[in-house]
Amino acid sequence: MSKPEQTLDVTVWRGTAAGGELETHKVPAHDNQTVLDVVSWIQHHSDPTLTYRFACRVGMCGSCAMMVNGIPRWTCRTHVGKVVDEGKLTIEPLRNLPVIKDLAADMDAFFDKWVAAEGLHHPTQSRQDPIEPIDATTPARKQANAGIECINCAVCYAACDTVAGNPEYLGPAALQRAWTLLNDTRDGARATILDAVSGAGGCHNCHSMGSCTQYCPNELDPMSAIAGVKRETVRHALLRRKDA
Amino acid sequence: MLDLRLYMAQRLSALIMAPLVLGHIAVMIYAIQGGLSVAEILGRTQGSAFWFAFYGLFVLAVSVHAAIGLRVIAHEWVGLRGMALSLFTWATGLGLFTLGARAVWAVTFA
Repeated sequence: MSKPEQTLDVTVWRGTAAGGELETHKVPAHDNQTVLDVVSWIQHHSDPTLTYRFACRVGMCGSCAMMVNGIPRWTCRTHVGKVVDEGKLTIEPLRNLPVIKDLAADMDAFFDKWVAAEGLHHPTQSRQDPIEPIDATTPARKQANAGIECINCAVCYAACDTVAGNPEYLGPAALQRAWTLLNDTRDGARATILDAVSGAGGCHNCHSMGSCTQYCPNELDPMSAIAGVKRETVRHALLRRKDA
Repeated sequence: MLDLRLYMAQRLSALIMAPLVLGHIAVMIYAIQGGLSVAEILGRTQGSAFWFAFYGLFVLAVSVHAAIGLRVIAHEWVGLRGMALSLFTWATGLGLFTLGARAVWAVTFA
């Protein structure tokens, strides 16, 4: 005996950088389905022109993040049953980023800030040098390890109210990366990183509201990392003054 | 819209304000307990270098702290930026300092 088919009212944002609007689709409901399944169903069965981005579907690549009922989430790892509100889902492109089309946000600003915060490796050795042994038990290495699982999905960036109010702000992911590198003994550009995160859009703009830590799907803690970066910039500034 | 310099100025001014706020509240509570009159209060503050320094420092710290705090709000909520934001910050700081300094001067050495 088959059950009467249940449906979801799914509202998706359609448009480009020039503007857009919300569009509602009826999507069959299943016991087990993710938000990404729902978006894919719309594209396969209702509107093939719907644009969205995904790759791995298992929470490793960080490309399918969208706003789901107002909260930034990995759509591939979000069970519909967990977020559906009276049979309704509203899916929009990530907040705080420009839109390319429909549900695909333009990630350029996010990655540019990652680089602006010096979130890249500054080697201290060449490939000719022997591999440096790293002690995994030091406090600094533990701090570095805490942040290395970031996969650049921009959920924290979309969740951050400081980014929303201050578009110059580097954002939680880039600053957490800076904190990881500051704690990595293999990185050789400490002063460069500290200067990069001390400018007008730097770490000192963080109000510690904690949305980054609240919504990080990997359960990382960018807010505490940014607090660490702030402490380190102050310490560095005071020591530099003393040395001068 | 905060760089390291402004961040430090706001934290240091908060550090100065914390004990002064407690002192200020304690004095207020003490002053109203026994029904001190205006003349009696002025009798204690007039010519007092201590109260001049206490409230002078307080006014200075408040001016710096509030100007930077309001600067952030003006940027994030009103969208002020560049020269307009700098002018707003300085006007707020100097305005608060002028008002506060006049009051301190009036009850100590005027």
